[in-house]
Amino acid sequence: MADVLVCVKRVPDFSGEVLLSDDAQSADARYVGHTLSNHDLCAVETAVQLAAATGGSATVLTVGSADAVEQLRTALGVGCAAAVLVEADPVTLGPADVAREVAAVVADHEASRGASYDLVLLGNDAADSGDFQVGIRLARLLDRPVVTGVQTVTLDGDRATLVSDVAEGRETYRVPTPAVVTVLEGGVEPRYPTITGRMKAKKIPVEERALSAEPVGSGRVRLRVPAPQSSTSTLLGEGPEAAPAVVDLLQQLGVAR
Amino acid sequence: MIVVYVETVRGVVAEVSLEAVAFARTLAAAGGGIPVDAVVCGPLGDAGPKELAEAGVRTVLHADTGEFDVFSGAAHARAVLAAREQTRAVVLMGGGTNRGNDVMARVATELDVAMAANVVAFEGLSPFTVTRQVVGGAALEEVRLGSRPAVFSVAGHAVEATPAETAGPATLTPLAVALEPGDLTVQAVSVQPVDTEAAGNLKSARVVVGAGRGAGGPEGFGDALELAELLGGQLGVSRVVTSLGWRPHHEQVGQTGSRISPEVYIPCGISGAIQHWAGCASSKVILAVNTDADAPMMTKATYAVVGDMHEVVPAVNEEIRRRRG
Ligand SMILES: Cc1cc2nc3c(=O)[nH]c(=O)nc-3n(C[C@H](O)[C@H](O)[C@H](O)COP(=O)(O)OP(=O)(O)OC[C@H]3O[C@@H](n4cnc5c(N)ncnc54)[C@H](O)[C@@H]3O)c2cc1C
Ligand SMILES: Nc1ncnc2c1ncn2[C@@H]1O[C@H](COP(=O)(O)O)[C@@H](O)[C@H]1O
Repeated sequence: MADVLVCVKRVPDFSGEVLLSDDAQSADARYVGHTLSNHDLCAVETAVQLAAATGGSATVLTVGSADAVEQLRTALGVGCAAAVLVEADPVTLGPADVAREVAAVVADHEASRGASYDLVLLGNDAADSGDFQVGIRLARLLDRPVVTGVQTVTLDGDRATLVSDVAEGRETYRVPTPAVVTVLEGGVEPRYPTITGRMKAKKIPVEERALSAEPVGSGRVRLRVPAPQSSTSTLLGEGPEAAPAVVDLLQQLGVAR
Repeated sequence: MIVVYVETVRGVVAEVSLEAVAFARTLAAAGGGIPVDAVVCGPLGDAGPKELAEAGVRTVLHADTGEFDVFSGAAHARAVLAAREQTRAVVLMGGGTNRGNDVMARVATELDVAMAANVVAFEGLSPFTVTRQVVGGAALEEVRLGSRPAVFSVAGHAVEATPAETAGPATLTPLAVALEPGDLTVQAVSVQPVDTEAAGNLKSARVVVGAGRGAGGPEGFGDALELAELLGGQLGVSRVVTSLGWRPHHEQVGQTGSRISPEVYIPCGISGAIQHWAGCASSKVILAVNTDADAPMMTKATYAVVGDMHEVVPAVNEEIRRRRG
């Protein structure tokens, strides 16, 4: 029976152009909406699978604005059983703040349940701030081992086997639980919420909490979006009809005979 | 003092680490010529000290006891902390790889200071300010690293691994690291390093045919592979492709993959995100194929063909074969 806590971050859904707020302290998501990053979606999927496989449960947690309940509902809709919102203005938070708040919730929950979360899962890096560190800071506060950049997680009693297949190679880790793991997309396929899943999710109450301490922030001075460059390319053609022009060029460059 | 955490793959210094050392040199120069030292954990081949000397390193602090034979982020972080004690470093930095970010984040956490991941430039010494990639590279963040030491990682291939004007002695010195009980709890039980020979072939190829999400699935690479073969080149792919498991990791081009510099790069169905661009920007000629004429790869390329790669690439292959008769 594994109990898993999974931490998610509400992030702007950027696929096209990125706009900034007037004070250049955050991205302006008014026109694009919000989502969970692929890493976080994979962390949620992993949590739900582990809970189902062991007859345990998955709890989802976010630190952020009241609007982030939308992202908690997404996770509840795919099988998380409980949700926690630590309400805060996200612009004021740095990675150390998020880690401290998550650690506070973990300590509280574990004290009242009298048992630890076997695993705390997070994304490897947030899609917006990309700090690459909340998991490591959290593990230090909880005094638990941490493995980053993991794609698949299996639990066997009080040990977890973690595999990451990344640019440096494929690595397998075995660690004792309780542990902290950060998840990289690619190992599992996140499921979509079903209608019944969404209905059920609506009925689950969200535990709302306040910050446990004043945020220290991120040291951000400002954000900047590089000016878009005008095209410098020469159009060779469109569709398969461009093939002769392409091969002419390759011959001219001396790479095709 | 600046300490750079240098990663090795089978005893060979990683290119991103040499890039980080080159970055450290610009910092050192701005600071009035402060020395740059390197920390290496585990086996280091004979070429290592020479490469680090050419990069301008003063001392190579080598943690090479048995505990460092396999990777442990906590142990490597402990080595960087030991090096900091020894050198009184004011800056600790590494490359922006999975490992580099893991180790530097552990170092920063242990010292209770901030850490900036994927830095691309440094703006000023006092206050110490750097610029880093955020929002998947679509935006940049200027961030102040107020406390000492400043801890950060340098985005892969954001700077070039140029040699130093004057080589350093790169004196190899054993580094004593007092590991704590928990440091070896998390150790890789098995490691299959990426196929460095195949990655080497990609890096030195005269022609690279690229394929990204536009390939559509694991079966979508046949035409691109055939074109690579017809041109005596190699296939290179985007991270989406390796993350989805469509192609192996050694084929990845970009910030967290290989940096290529072929005569011709032909990216097909690759949008040209900044992290991909970091790995292919030094190609002499780029010929992009994409259904979207406005994709960054199409506007930054030397030449562009608007179209479906599954129609354009076979037609090109056919034309090459026809001309060969
Ligand atoms: C820290 C970090 C490190 C990263 N490192 C790397 C790295 O090393 N390498 C890397 O590549 N990425 C890296 N990325 C990811 C990068 O940001 C992009 O997500 C990735 O490069 C996108 O891959 P893509 O171009 O294949 O896919 P997409 O961005 O989805 O683009 C697909 C493109 O294909 C086109 N297309 C679709 N169908 C067709 C068709 N039939 N014919 C022709 N064109 C078609 C589309 O118009 C689009 O332009 C990194 C990201 C982060 C945050
Ligand atoms: N505000 C937040 N609330 C909950 N989890 C978060 C928050 N910020 C970051 N995380 C988690 O930490 C991971 C890594 O974030 P980062 O270290 O900021 O790149 C994310 O993928 C999330 O899983």
